Amino acid sequence: MSKIVYADNAATTFLSKHALEAMMPFLTDQPGNASTVYAYGRAAKRAVEDARSKVAAAIGAKPEEVYFTSGGTESDNWAIKGVVELRKNKGKHIISTEIEHHAVQHTLQYLEKQGYEVTYLKVDQYGNISLDDLRAAIRPDTILITVMTANNEIGTILPIAEIGAIAQEKGILFHTDAVQAVGHIPVNVSEMNVDLLSLSGHKFKGPKGTGALYMKKGLRLPALLQGGGQERGVRSGTENVPGIVGLGAALEEATANLGESMKRLAAMREKLVKGLTAIPYTRLTGDPVHRLPGIASFVFECVEGESMVLLLDQNGICGSSGSACSSGSLDPSHVLMAIGLPHEIAHGSLRLSLNEDNTEEDIDYLLEKIPPVIERLRAMSPLWEDKMAGIAAAAAAK
Amino acid sequence: MYSEKVMDHFSNPRNVGELPDANGIGQVGNAVCGDIMKIYLKIEDNIITDAKFKTFGCGAAVATSSMATELVKGKTVEEALELSNKAVAEALDGLPPQKMHCSVLAEEGIKAAIDDYHARQAQKEAV
Repeated sequence: MSKIVYADNAATTFLSKHALEAMMPFLTDQPGNASTVYAYGRAAKRAVEDARSKVAAAIGAKPEEVYFTSGGTESDNWAIKGVVELRKNKGKHIISTEIEHHAVQHTLQYLEKQGYEVTYLKVDQYGNISLDDLRAAIRPDTILITVMTANNEIGTILPIAEIGAIAQEKGILFHTDAVQAVGHIPVNVSEMNVDLLSLSGHKFKGPKGTGALYMKKGLRLPALLQGGGQERGVRSGTENVPGIVGLGAALEEATANLGESMKRLAAMREKLVKGLTAIPYTRLTGDPVHRLPGIASFVFECVEGESMVLLLDQNGICGSSGSACSSGSLDPSHVLMAIGLPHEIAHGSLRLSLNEDNTEEDIDYLLEKIPPVIERLRAMSPLWEDKMAGIAAAAAAK
Repeated sequence: MYSEKVMDHFSNPRNVGELPDANGIGQVGNAVCGDIMKIYLKIEDNIITDAKFKTFGCGAAVATSSMATELVKGKTVEEALELSNKAVAEALDGLPPQKMHCSVLAEEGIKAAIDDYHARQAQKEAV
């Protein structure tokens, strides 16, 4: 098979071998339902609780504050809808940002249709919010602040600890969607002052369909799913034992050498950023400094994102774009709009997301293959032709 | 997802580029929506003898430009005006529903280029 460079780790990751090995017994000769009392069941229960301890340790929580779910989307839905129900007598106002993942954004839009009011904090060109804006948005009837830890498209890391401190001071519950952050940067729930935190297994080499919601001790959200009363009565459904075990093993592995891994990844990312921003009319999106170590995101003028992704695929490169054509609507992603990019430039976005499986050779390969793809697409772009003609005319006028 | 034929016309687009001696040029779409097609036609004795295109857009936009220019080559102006977006999509073994607008753009691009040709002819006659 020809070479493939997988650079879409923010979409999903390859399952870690360590996680697979940990899961195997529970996919083969350990079928136990964790709610049963015989030996198989007890083994399953132990494995689930062991994974819970690992997840808790990775985010600085207590095991009893971790609830397993089916993934980031469920965790986000549960956190937001749960707080709304819990605080329904206190108010109907929620504060969030313009750049949340759809699992948060669409949940909030759903609640708006039910009569809730949402303030979406604006972001600057790097995807950062202003804490003054946050303070100004708080009302007596504000029941929830939900802000992502790090953005999935542009990699910007938000000031979660500062937001958490403000929320705490005002007595407002604070949720963060940390799906892109957990396993990639240090995450500590007490340092971040969060009440609720969502994480997803397949973003850090765990299995798909696994996730968790951290719920601070003393806080008990109503259940999203009713049933047999698993997860201490608030998340019913037979435990996905192999999945939970895989999630725990993968997160333990991801956080074991986090510092070194971050350094190595950031160096590779910087090489990629430096190499690709050398292409004319190209810019980095997101915060240049406060960003996830593995996410390099760009816009290339006069090039359309889906075409770029398809041509890269033909060169053995997996990346992604937030262009309209990749989303099925006519608008580019809400994140690229929120950071103030004009439509025509936002259409040319490309996100390359690395993880610890990527090598220096991968970066060299990306730097070799991507520039000719941009050049080829620009050569057939009428926008590029107009742009070059405009520049030539301006130069001639001088 | 895209058909093999769409992928073929995207990967190896036919007739891509400019046509220096074109006598009908049409540009449709806009950058805000993410698709722009520029169609160049060379028309001699009412026959389209050559066609080229430049496109900024997604895979389907490139493939429909490629197919539309293929379909009108050798046709009379009247025949080319009858080219429907459906015919372009069918020739590509279909398009995903959300990409049908690309085939509409291709049809409009051909029509815009023919309109330009007619306008130029009328101007010539006026002179």
